Amino acid sequence: MKLLRLIPSSTNIDFLSIKKFAFLFSILIISGTFISLFLNNLNYGIDFKGGILLEVRAKNVEKSNINELRQKVLTLNAGEISIQNFGKEGDFLIRIQKQDGDQKQQIAMIEKVQDLINSDYSIRRSEFVGPTVGDELKTAGIYAVSLSLLAIMVYIWFRFEWQFSIAAIIALVHDVISTIGLFSVLQLEFNLATIAAILTTAGYSINDTVVIFDRVRENLRRYKSKDHYYIYNKSINETLSRTVITSVTTLIALFIIFFFGGAVLSDFALAMIWGVLIGTFSSIFVAVSILTFFDINKGEKIEDQTNVPEYERDN
Amino acid sequence: MKNISKIKSLFILISVLMGLAYAMPNFINFGSKNVSYSFLPGKKINLGLDLKGGSYLLLQADMKIVFEEKLEGLLSDIRYSLRKSKIGYKKLVAKSGVISFEKRGDVSNDKIRSVILGLNKNLLIESINNKFFIKFSDLDKQEITKATMTQAIEIVRRRIDETGTNEPSIQQQGADRIIVQLPGLDDPSRIKKLLGKTAKLNFQLVHPSIASDDIKRGSSAPPGYIILEEDKNPSRLYMVNKRVMVSGEMLKDASPTFDRNNSPSVSFQLSPLGGKKFGRVTGQNIGKPFAIVLDNKVVSAPVIQSQIFSSGQITGSFSVQETNDLALVLRSGALPAPMIILEERSVGPGLGNDSISAGKIASVAGLIAVMVFMIATYGILGVFANVALFCNIIFILALLSLLQATLTLPGIAGIVLTMGMAVDANVLIFERIREEYKAGREIFDAIESGFQRAISTIVDANLTTLFAALALFSFGSGPVKGFSVTLMIGILTSMFTAIVITKYLLLYYSKKRDAKNFIFQD
Repeated sequence: MKLLRLIPSSTNIDFLSIKKFAFLFSILIISGTFISLFLNNLNYGIDFKGGILLEVRAKNVEKSNINELRQKVLTLNAGEISIQNFGKEGDFLIRIQKQDGDQKQQIAMIEKVQDLINSDYSIRRSEFVGPTVGDELKTAGIYAVSLSLLAIMVYIWFRFEWQFSIAAIIALVHDVISTIGLFSVLQLEFNLATIAAILTTAGYSINDTVVIFDRVRENLRRYKSKDHYYIYNKSINETLSRTVITSVTTLIALFIIFFFGGAVLSDFALAMIWGVLIGTFSSIFVAVSILTFFDINKGEKIEDQTNVPEYERDN
Repeated sequence: MKNISKIKSLFILISVLMGLAYAMPNFINFGSKNVSYSFLPGKKINLGLDLKGGSYLLLQADMKIVFEEKLEGLLSDIRYSLRKSKIGYKKLVAKSGVISFEKRGDVSNDKIRSVILGLNKNLLIESINNKFFIKFSDLDKQEITKATMTQAIEIVRRRIDETGTNEPSIQQQGADRIIVQLPGLDDPSRIKKLLGKTAKLNFQLVHPSIASDDIKRGSSAPPGYIILEEDKNPSRLYMVNKRVMVSGEMLKDASPTFDRNNSPSVSFQLSPLGGKKFGRVTGQNIGKPFAIVLDNKVVSAPVIQSQIFSSGQITGSFSVQETNDLALVLRSGALPAPMIILEERSVGPGLGNDSISAGKIASVAGLIAVMVFMIATYGILGVFANVALFCNIIFILALLSLLQATLTLPGIAGIVLTMGMAVDANVLIFERIREEYKAGREIFDAIESGFQRAISTIVDANLTTLFAALALFSFGSGPVKGFSVTLMIGILTSMFTAIVITKYLLLYYSKKRDAKNFIFQD
C-alpha cells in the first residue's frame, strides 16, 4: 500500500529566510484587529452585555417570516432588538437588549415576548443574563485568559530557558489577539463559548510551540558547532511532518463539528479552525523567529548529555 | 530482544476492560427500569441541561433589605437596654445602615459603650461628643448573610420540592447566591413566581376609624400605624397597626380550598402557641377589621366575627392557581430575604435532543475521518494509533460516567476535538521512531529510544495544554466548565493510551515478525 505523505520524509526548507514577511503578516493581522476593534468593537453576546435571548421555531415553517416576526417584537418597545435566522429554516434567534429598571423588568420582558409569539412559535431556548453577571463574566474571562497565559509562561520558563518562555508567550498573545480580531471583523457573537475557543486555541498553539522548542533545545545540545540559524531551521524541518499531520487531524475534527455539530457549535468551530491555522503559523514563524533575537546558551551550562546518543555527542 | 512482561499485558487488558465496563451503560438502553445488569456499573454520563433540557437560575439574596431589618431589630434592643440601664437618650434613629442617638444627662461614654456591646460585642461604635453612631461590623454582616443563606436555601428547596420537579439541584454560590438547576423543566415561569415571593404573612389589626378615602385625603399615620396598599387593587389603602398579632412563623399548615361563596381561598392551621395568641387578640377585638398582610401588601381585611383560634381561612380575589401557590409558599415558610434572579437559561427538550443527535453525528464522523486519515498516512502504525484512539474514547466515556461529570454540548465538541488532538502523541512517537531508525538503530531499539525521547515532548506539550484547560475550569460556569472537564480528561487519557497502548502494540508487533518493512514502508 502506498502511504500518504503530506510532507516529504526529510525536508530542508529555510523557514527563517522569510522571517521578515512573516513578521509583516503578523503585524498586519494584529493592527487589523485593533483597527477593527476601534471601528466595530466586538459583537458581545448577552453573556457579557446582559439582555435576553430566545431561540424560537416556527410552528408552521412555510408561514414563518423574519420581517413579520421583527414587526411583532418591535411592538413591545423593548429597545434594541435583533432577529436572525439560526440553523434551519423557520428557526430564529431573538436578542433583546437589557431593559431599563430592575431585574423584575427583565424577567417580565421574557414573559411578554413569550406571550406575544406563543401562538406561532415554540420557544426552544430562553436565556436572560443580568448586567451584574455580565460584568462579572467579562472580568472572569479576562482573568482566565491572563492566568492561563501566565501559568504557561512560568511552566516553560522552568522547563526551558527564559528566552523560550518570552517567545512562547508572544506567540500566544499573537494567537489570542488574532482570534479576537476574527470575531471583530466578522462580527461573530462573542460569548462564553468564544472564551473557551480562545483558551483551547491557546492550548493547541502552545502544544505546537513546545514540540518545536523541545527539538530546538535538543539540537542546541547536539550541534554545538553549528550556528543558531541552522539549528532553528533544522528543528522546524524535523518536526514539520508532525506539525502538519496533527494540524490536519485536528482540522478534520473541527470541520466536522462546523458542518454537523449544529448551529450552536458552528461559531465555536470556526474560531478554533482559525485558531489552529494561526497557532501553527505562529509556532513556526513567530515563536522560533523571536528566538533568533536572543543569544541562547548552547548548553555549556547543561552538561547532561545522557539524552543524546553517544554517536551524536559533540566530543 | 526484550520480552514484554506478562504483568504489563494483564494491566493493559484489565484497564481496557474496566473502561469498557464503565462506558457500556451509555450504549445499552436498559428499557424498563426493572431489568438490572448488576454485573455492570450502572452510572450513565450526566447530561448537562443544554442537552437534556431544563432550566438554570442564578438567584441572589437581597441582603440590603435583611441588614435593614436586622438594624431595626437592633434599634429596639438598644432602646430597651438604654431604658433598662436608666440612660437618657434622644433622637434614636436608624438611617442608611447606621443607628444614631444623643445621650442625655451625665453618663460616661464608656458606660453606654459597654451597655451596647453587651448586646453584641462585634458592633462598631463611634462617639462624637454626645452623639453615638452604631453599625454592624463586617463580621456581623458575614454571620447574618451566612444564617440567611442557610435558611433561604432550605426554603427554596422546600418550595421547589413541593412543585414535584424531578431531581432539582440547589447549591450556594459565593456569599449570597444560589444556583438552581431544574432538569426537564423548560418553562420555569411558575418556579420564578414561587421564588419571587418572600411570603411573609402577618395578621395585623386595622385602624377602626381611618378608611381608605381618609388616607387619600391626607390623613397621616398615627403613632404605631403604617399605610399599606391592597395587593390586587393598589389604590385601596389601609391604616394598619404595626404590631403583628400572629406571623407566618406560627403557621403549621396551609392548603387550598373554597370559601362559603365557593371562591378559591386558602385555609390555614396555626401552631398551638399561635392559636392561643390569635384567640386572645381576636377575642378582644370582635367587630373590628384585621388585615392579612403578605409581603407588605394587604390581601384582604375581614372583620372579626368571632374569636378565632387555631384554624381559619384567607380569602381574597384569588384564582385556583393562586391559592395553590399561596398555600405552597405559606407551607414552605417565608424566605428570609427577597430573591433576585440574576441569570436564567432554559433549554427545551426539542433543542436538547437535536443537540445530542448533532453531537453523535459529529463524533462518529470525526472518529471515522481521523481514523481513515491515520491509516492512509501511517499504514499499520495508523491501525495501532486507531486502536489507541478508540480506547481513548472508551476511557473518556468511562471516566465521565465514573466521575459523574456533566457532559454539555461544548463538551461533545471537546471530545471530537480530542480525537483530532489525541493522535498527536502517536504522531510524535511514530515520527521519532522513524528518525531513530533512519539514524541506524535496530528496529526494537528504535522503538524503545523513540518512545523515551517522544515522551518528554508529549508530557511538556500536554501539561501546558492542561494549564489552559485548568484556567477554563476555574473560570467557566455550566457548559464551559463541562467543556474544560472533557478536555482535561481527554488530555490525560490520550497521554495514557499513546504511552501505554500504542507502545505495547508496537513492541508486540515488531517482535512477532520481521516488521520493519511494514512499519517503514515509504
